[in-house]
Amino acid sequence: DGLCNTDDIERSKTEGKELTKEEKQRLRKEKKQQKKNKEKNDEKTSHEGEKKKNKKKKEEQPAGSASQPPAQPSPKVPAPAPPPPAAAAVPVPASEAPAPADKPAKSKADLKAERRARQEAERASKGKKGDVGQPAPTGKLKAPPSELQPVVKRLPEHVQVDNPEVVKKLAKKLERQQIPLRSDYGYKVSLFSHLHQYSRKAPLTQQLGIPSTVIHPAIVRLGLQYSQGIVAGSNARSVALLHAFQQVIRDYTTPPNEELSRDLVNKLKPYISFLNQCRPLSASMGNAIKYIKKEISNIPSQCKEEEAKIKLLNCIERYINEKIVLAAKAIAKYSIEKISDGDVILVYGCSSLVNHILCEAFEKKRKFRVIVVDSRPRLEGREALRRLVQKGISCTYVLISAVSYILPEVSKVFLGAHALLANGYVMSRVGTSQIALVAKAFNVPVLVCCETYKFCERVQTDSFVSNELDDPDDLIVTRKGKTQLEHWQKVPSLGLLNLVYDVTPPDFVDLVITDLGMIPCTSVPVVLRVKNVDQ
Amino acid sequence: MRRRHNHPDVVPNHFHRQHTHTQTPSCPVSPLISSRFYTTTMPAPDKEIDLTERIEAFLSDLKRGGSGTGPLRGSAEMARETTALLRRIAAQARWSNAGDLMEIIRTEGRRMTAAQPSETTVGNMIRRVLKIIREEYARSRGSSEETDQQESLHKLLTSGGLSEENFRQHFAALKANVIEAINELLTELEGTTDNIKMQALEHIHSNEVIMTIGRSRTVEAFLKDAARKRKFHVIVAECAPFCQGHKMATSLSEAGIETTVITDAAIFAVMSRVNKVIIGTQTVLANGGLRAVNGTHTLALAAKHHSTPLIVCAPMFKLSPQFPNEEDTFHKFVSPHEVLPFTEGEILSKVNVHCPVFDYVPPELITLFISNIGGHAPSYIYRLMSELYHPEDHEL
Repeated sequence: DGLCNTDDIERSKTEGKELTKEEKQRLRKEKKQQKKNKEKNDEKTSHEGEKKKNKKKKEEQPAGSASQPPAQPSPKVPAPAPPPPAAAAVPVPASEAPAPADKPAKSKADLKAERRARQEAERASKGKKGDVGQPAPTGKLKAPPSELQPVVKRLPEHVQVDNPEVVKKLAKKLERQQIPLRSDYGYKVSLFSHLHQYSRKAPLTQQLGIPSTVIHPAIVRLGLQYSQGIVAGSNARSVALLHAFQQVIRDYTTPPNEELSRDLVNKLKPYISFLNQCRPLSASMGNAIKYIKKEISNIPSQCKEEEAKIKLLNCIERYINEKIVLAAKAIAKYSIEKISDGDVILVYGCSSLVNHILCEAFEKKRKFRVIVVDSRPRLEGREALRRLVQKGISCTYVLISAVSYILPEVSKVFLGAHALLANGYVMSRVGTSQIALVAKAFNVPVLVCCETYKFCERVQTDSFVSNELDDPDDLIVTRKGKTQLEHWQKVPSLGLLNLVYDVTPPDFVDLVITDLGMIPCTSVPVVLRVKNVDQ
Repeated sequence: MRRRHNHPDVVPNHFHRQHTHTQTPSCPVSPLISSRFYTTTMPAPDKEIDLTERIEAFLSDLKRGGSGTGPLRGSAEMARETTALLRRIAAQARWSNAGDLMEIIRTEGRRMTAAQPSETTVGNMIRRVLKIIREEYARSRGSSEETDQQESLHKLLTSGGLSEENFRQHFAALKANVIEAINELLTELEGTTDNIKMQALEHIHSNEVIMTIGRSRTVEAFLKDAARKRKFHVIVAECAPFCQGHKMATSLSEAGIETTVITDAAIFAVMSRVNKVIIGTQTVLANGGLRAVNGTHTLALAAKHHSTPLIVCAPMFKLSPQFPNEEDTFHKFVSPHEVLPFTEGEILSKVNVHCPVFDYVPPELITLFISNIGGHAPSYIYRLMSELYHPEDHEL
């Protein structure tokens, strides 16, 4: 396979981190060569097969294979005469790029011949696209594996609702874990048929027996709080999750003949599925869970149970303290430099971090006033309004449709974030991108405040592919005794859409304030990389 | 015979003890009763009273609430009622020449616009009628309309600045002509929605996603007409706090159109999938901008960002010769109770709450106006205005 290796290296000059992933894929492929002989041809054309294989690996990587596949095919398709390695470049639709890893082979030679023939045909029809992919003889070497860890991304179930096989798989998994499956509610707008839409009136806990033997009661309570919206906001949800896990660890006893490090992780899996069913996990929660699992699996086997538990509890305590509490203090310190006397600051909805910043600034005797913008149906701004007014800050309150009326008075906009994506987009409550858009039109600076633990390796460019649909009945309102949409279910061509999140493009955001400092939106992947190296 | 004690400026003749001294300076007296024109014979009281009553009823209707929040009338109805009332004034009031009639209408018009400043259709109709009177007068005089209306530089220089016209000549047929012209105007008003509807199929193709905001009867008719032949999807932004979008959505879905209701906050989020934005408006301003329901500016900005065309369906009677410069007269506010209800408790006393009704949309964000006389670009609006209104009538 010497030829293949040089090819790999050459190709890696143009697509850096793909190399190690390809190597891994090739190894895996060779392993599974014996098992599957038949399905290869079917899988080449079906999209589902690739996802099925990926599901079999129980990796915790969150969403989005979007970044990888597009990078791969175009340089590979016009590959010149040297036969591409078996693992790479099945020259078919982009989304199957991770799939080659799982393909069984006929023999490698057959594959190569097939592929060469296909490529000749394609090149004949496409013509001169080839030179793009010619590996340039630059000195870009194969990157050290520790820095560019290949991430085998598996598409999470909650954005594949329109795929019946995935749904079936999930049902089986939940059955195994003895967790009830939550069913969708109401007519879904066709653009969002790939997402779940639940009703708040049918919480998952109704289908659980009391007392539930499978799920710890603290987790049941947490799930109910999530699904009813009692605990809302990414920081609050993460902290509540970590406290609940602390309780679980306290009550945990290692069964005989089991190791704590492995058994506890397995114990946590059904809890996580349950919480996911109650309300899809947020990016911050995902990162917290990853951290906990890592800590648990790093517990040495000779550690006694009591010690291990104390160690874990301390870890969680430290995580909360460092990533949330101290981070908030650091962000407040940076932000206060940005608030000057006489400022009129606009905030949207209720972000615990932004409220904290404003309260701190007020205590440091800055003179400013706040405009709170709110939107239906959640009306979270009222909560923020109460907190700020209690502190004594002078506030104005408007709805989001009046934002272009009020914006000429505003000097700065402070926004909170739910997650910061790796391509610089800010994922936040729906309406945030709108405020950023109008602020940009009026030339008002937009500052986003976000802790680093919310940084996420996913990428997303619009608010459709991965989002959350809330209960559509929330949109119904009674005015002057009349409820217009009361019978919306009966009208077949009427749908209600209650989005929860949206993504703000980085050109609307002027500055991101994190606990590491003030960075532009585009530096998020740098921070992620530094964090990964540290860990 | 009803007594009207609540209007100190208009007192019926029978109970009139003191002429003109009881007038309060702020409310101009109706010229129909105590003007100096009727010194000799007392006019037949019934017709006058009847007319006055009608005007007063109209004014109190206007004061109670313009279209949308008060007794629910659309702008079209308002325009029709105003024109009908003006026709009645022309028919029943006492006037001997065009100048008198114009003076009467102008005074009544000022009172009407003062009653509800945000309802611009009333003012527009008054200006239309004034222009009609000028035209009819000019036609009766025999001079061609062209030279009369155009204010060429030559004319301005040679005439010495002052307009020679004082409209004092008496023409017998003027009254009939004016009433006939107003009738034509009424017919035109009745056909506006149909004219706009007929253009729907030129602008909507199948499998489109169209976005709209709030409730506009014109847009509703427009979309329903297109839905007879084409299948498309409509997204309606509900436009809090009045949530008129809900009514629009139910009405459209009952006509069989695939409709989705979204919140105002999701406008930018879904805009990337929208092919066209079609909105109605309350007023079209003289620079081609709009005074539309709040939230429209955000919608227009989002459409501009995604390069989605923004189409405004507005009949010609909404075109108003105002400019958006006067900040204090542009916005209209309603009770903040709609935004932050009284149930919120004591924080109400510590916060300012704003609930504006209208938004200004600059003409750069608009792609096309569809009116009953066809489609125009926003840069053409000034020309249409010069055809509809005379420059001297811009200030009533």
